[in-house]
Amino acid sequence: MTSTTLDPTTVDVPKSGPPKRSGGGLGRYILIRFLLIIPTVFILVTTVFFLMRATGDPITAAQGGRLPADQLAERIHAAGYDRPILTQYVEYLGDLFRGDLGTTLSDSRPVTEVLTTFGTATLELAFYALIVAFLVGIPLGLVAAYFRDKVPDALLRVFAIACYATPVFFAGLLLKLIFAVQLDWLPVAGRASNRSELAMRRLDHPTGIYLIDALRTGNGEIVADVLQHAVLPAIALGLLTAGVFLRLVRTNVIGTLGSGYVEAARSRGVRESRLLRKHAYRPALIPIITVVGMQVAMLLVGAVLTETTFEWRGLGFQLSQYLQARDFVAVQGIVVMLAIVVALSNFVVDVIAALIDPRVRY
Amino acid sequence: MRWNKLPVVHQLRQSVGLQRGMLVAGLILTGIFLLAALFAPLLAPYGYGQLRSPDTGLFGATQPPSSEHLLGTTVGGYDVLSRVIWGSRTALLVIVIAVTASLFIGVLLGLVSGYFGGWLDRVLVVIADAVYAFPSLLLAIVLAIVISGGQSSMIGGVLAAALSITVVFTPQYFRVVRAETVRVKAEAFVESARVIGAGHRRIMFRHVLRNATRTLPLIITLNASEAILTLAGLGFLGFGIEATAAAEWGYDLNKAISDVSSGVWWTATFPGIAIVLVVLGMTLVGESLNDLADPRLRTRRRAAEVSGDTASTAQTSVVPGGALPGHAAELEGGAR
Repeated sequence: MTSTTLDPTTVDVPKSGPPKRSGGGLGRYILIRFLLIIPTVFILVTTVFFLMRATGDPITAAQGGRLPADQLAERIHAAGYDRPILTQYVEYLGDLFRGDLGTTLSDSRPVTEVLTTFGTATLELAFYALIVAFLVGIPLGLVAAYFRDKVPDALLRVFAIACYATPVFFAGLLLKLIFAVQLDWLPVAGRASNRSELAMRRLDHPTGIYLIDALRTGNGEIVADVLQHAVLPAIALGLLTAGVFLRLVRTNVIGTLGSGYVEAARSRGVRESRLLRKHAYRPALIPIITVVGMQVAMLLVGAVLTETTFEWRGLGFQLSQYLQARDFVAVQGIVVMLAIVVALSNFVVDVIAALIDPRVRY
Repeated sequence: MRWNKLPVVHQLRQSVGLQRGMLVAGLILTGIFLLAALFAPLLAPYGYGQLRSPDTGLFGATQPPSSEHLLGTTVGGYDVLSRVIWGSRTALLVIVIAVTASLFIGVLLGLVSGYFGGWLDRVLVVIADAVYAFPSLLLAIVLAIVISGGQSSMIGGVLAAALSITVVFTPQYFRVVRAETVRVKAEAFVESARVIGAGHRRIMFRHVLRNATRTLPLIITLNASEAILTLAGLGFLGFGIEATAAAEWGYDLNKAISDVSSGVWWTATFPGIAIVLVVLGMTLVGESLNDLADPRLRTRRRAAEVSGDTASTAQTSVVPGGALPGHAAELEGGAR
């Protein structure tokens, strides 16, 4: 969580005195919070740039040893990597500002094209994973809170911690082993079978989001095929977030169950199960909204690893391909892109938090 | 007795029921991990890079579990059990280096930054927030490229993983200690020390630091588990330490991806279980410390009493009271 603004110590929150909140309080907060993205992204981009250049130029990294020295020098010169590092840095910032992240070395594609092509696949995976997380995490969190400190609660809490403790790629490998290889219920890898992929490619302007494309073909088999391929990766990635949701819902429901208005309802004779469903449940969901945003970083990193496990051709899968090809221009582009996405989603989270809870603003 | 006041011992005495069970389970798992790491040469039947035994020749690739190889052999022809045991040593080494370094740097910077304030403080806070917001595995990838160029010897690989984790964790310690320092330095006893004429250094280390470290044990346990996940994630993406240099669980899992599709289950399962158990153990310890530190979550000794004090607001953190950075980081997740 970027507690840049949530952390009470970094912000001078007026502790006493009459609230001086004018109508522009929220607008001003959002503006300041938005401006804070700039130094964050700038620092990250700068750090990544200089770190990646600290080892030398990308062409030597990719081709070193495979090309004779004079050819290597020629290519380095052609790409401009022999100029002073600061010149390159300024140029890089300028390109970045115009939305140009360079061209990959291994397959000579613009990095932005790679991002748009494969980003949709990652988005789709993250979306499925979130659904799994909601379906598993929230009901189980309610159950755990209801049975607080009893056996079901203990089991569920250990389950939640186990979700956190299991690396997504190991969860993925296990699921694959059991449901795809041993039981043969679901496909082993990929986003769709070849036939479905071909059918979807024939659409004009495919979106790249397979579920939408499959629906557009109007062929039920293709839709089923796409969904079947998504089940295991979604569970592998979703359980991680489910564990977080479970614990969050549990903590918050326990908190609200002990609060005054629930106590009042209880004293009026409202049944315990109804208290849980009607009274304590909803306020406990508010923090989920902000946590969903924080999960973006976690889901993206998780997606990198899940995609590698399941050969899900998204950004993460590409990232590990480029890493193996030592194509550091592409790696840098993807990393910078993900950093920007995370910074933006943190901004959105903070704004939503401010809309929900006025005390967050300053 | 002074040892009663030690972080973990104190909480163990304080805990009851299930909570004690979770803490004890965590301590046992962590203890087994430490023992395996320390006594790896005695426990492991073979070396981590051993391919043949003197009597029977080559081990052979992907042999199923047998009496010679209790957990089978890998596709590279290594003994799985031995590599799982030796892997704990690599993991421990990375944890120790990463946690020590980030603790040292983070605490020092946090103390200075919080104590003196001013522009240095502001700059450090912005940088720490920027690094903190960055997904740790991505930063670790970049640093691994820088430090070892991707391919690794034992020392290079361990250092690459440890240093990249250090960079990711330092902001967490920095934030906690800085926040606590800002709080503590306004206390009356610091004021009195200043009035007596104590120097900055004495006040910082003697009066402020001692009172600003209460949440550190929790963060250390959570970071240690995150360090393992980051190391494994790096290994899984191909930044692992070569099999001949050391045993590393993530690397072994990466090599096992293709095995799984062909039904070879033992090469992936055991290193994975090792990761899960170690992280589970350390997280259980951390979680229990967290719950015990919070009266609202602490299991009450008498079930009847209901505390009506908490007019609680919505919590975005599992830690009531909001942003305890160590925990927030865990929510946000690291290398998975």
